[in-house]
Amino acid sequence: MTDPARSFLRIRGLCKAFAAPGGTTVALNGVDLDIERGSFVSIVGPSGCGKSTLLQIMAGLVAPTSGAVFLEGRKVETPPPSVIYVFQQYTRSLFPWKTVERNVAFGLESRESLSRQAIAARTQELIGLVKLTGFEQHYPWQLSGGMQQRVAIARALACRPAVLLMDEPFSAVDALTRVGLQELVRSLWRELGLTVVFVTHDVDEGVYLSTRVVALTRAPGAVAADLPIELPHPRNQITTRELPQYLDYRGRLLAQLFADEGLVAAEPA
Amino acid sequence: MSDTAGPERAALAAPAGKPTRRRAPLWQSRWLGVGFIAALLVLWEIAAASGMMPAMSFPRMSAILVTWWDLIISGELLGELGPSLWRMFAGYFIGVALRVLVGLLMGYVRFFYSLLEPITEVLRPIPSPAYLPIVILFLGIDDQMKIFMIAFASFFPVLLNTYSGVRSVDPVQLQTARTFGVAGWKLLWQIVLPASSPYIFTGMRVSLAVALIVMVISEMVAASSGIGYFILSAQRGFKIREMFAGVLTLAALGYVLNRLFLVIENRVLAWHYGYTQQQRN
Repeated sequence: MTDPARSFLRIRGLCKAFAAPGGTTVALNGVDLDIERGSFVSIVGPSGCGKSTLLQIMAGLVAPTSGAVFLEGRKVETPPPSVIYVFQQYTRSLFPWKTVERNVAFGLESRESLSRQAIAARTQELIGLVKLTGFEQHYPWQLSGGMQQRVAIARALACRPAVLLMDEPFSAVDALTRVGLQELVRSLWRELGLTVVFVTHDVDEGVYLSTRVVALTRAPGAVAADLPIELPHPRNQITTRELPQYLDYRGRLLAQLFADEGLVAAEPA
Repeated sequence: MSDTAGPERAALAAPAGKPTRRRAPLWQSRWLGVGFIAALLVLWEIAAASGMMPAMSFPRMSAILVTWWDLIISGELLGELGPSLWRMFAGYFIGVALRVLVGLLMGYVRFFYSLLEPITEVLRPIPSPAYLPIVILFLGIDDQMKIFMIAFASFFPVLLNTYSGVRSVDPVQLQTARTFGVAGWKLLWQIVLPASSPYIFTGMRVSLAVALIVMVISEMVAASSGIGYFILSAQRGFKIREMFAGVLTLAALGYVLNRLFLVIENRVLAWHYGYTQQQRN
């Protein structure tokens, strides 16, 4: 599907087993993926299929049992500077003792040798980009869930990553806030030329956001379906979701997941 | 994404602070306890005046207060308090700094935990006055000895507190730091230390009380100045009112120190109270 020679992020034979009471649990069982630069890839699958584990291995936060991840040909073993992981639990991932401003500046302060003014300017720019101007001196826990996740996104983008790995980032916010965050991430992806790998359990979200959706099987996770999403850009939360192709992608992915779960799509007559 | 100003502003939690409490009636308020103290003092006065208690060792409260006031005005009490406070704070801060450092290392590096945990368990139960004679043997009876005693005593009882603070740091916070390339000493300093500061402060409060106790004891055993020395020598010289005045001074000192500590704690840990309150909602 993707030409491996042009592959930006290459995943080969990835397996991960965890020690569990009474033996080992296999979370991932031989995952191969090639992700192009600039693509927006969603990974969907039933809960517990190892999607988060896959993402954490890509981030260099967890070591695989076997197999490897290569970023631009280099093996990922520790967190690469150009890859930032955005956690699902923003309330736990943001530092509660730091203000919004200090949280956003965190990556810049620790990673780059920038002057104080340059850090302040970049921080201000990012806070503006996620529309949180005026909340610099607030603490994250004083903000709503959607605003907190925007702080986390600004913090991630401040150090200009090439790859953003997002682990179910919007699963803890309400439906309307989620629409706003989806639009924000899509516009940032288009403006900044990011490569995004987005883990979600929501097929609709995956199809709407992405240029490609990968479905994993129930644990131990392996690739069950791999669909390029050829929907036109820019997308629209209402009209795009009414397109026949959109419904077709959605139907095929849901059928795959339902079959995997042993669910039937229709009620018996 | 143009909705920032509207509903989300309204969703802002109240700024950090204590939850508003309904005013309690007098018999449930703090004034009840203050009144009780006043009543006990009056009872003391009556008991002493009526001769129910031996006047020699039980002077009137009013006489004690007058003596106390005279000692404050003459500067005699403050002169004794100066060296005491110097010893206490020197010992306390050395003890706290070392404890935080060792606690962080124990929580962060398994090697240090395995190395130091058993000796901590052996030394911790020894009441600090018990090793006073040993310390006098090595350090004499000067300030060094007292500072060492205070540092040592405020070191052990709460070392494991810091350790469990470090162990309780949220793994998501550590992983977040790692994805931003923060590791090693930087991780310890920037994440582990602030994240475990609520535990460290609890330990520091316990240590403060211990430091006060050990300060008084070490001054009673061997000193030529200080509030502990003052109390004991007043008693030996049958200056009973002065003795009680010294004890009242310690009560006031303990109260002020604890208040001061709470003020600092509320400032430094304001984020913690706000955060935990929001987590509960």
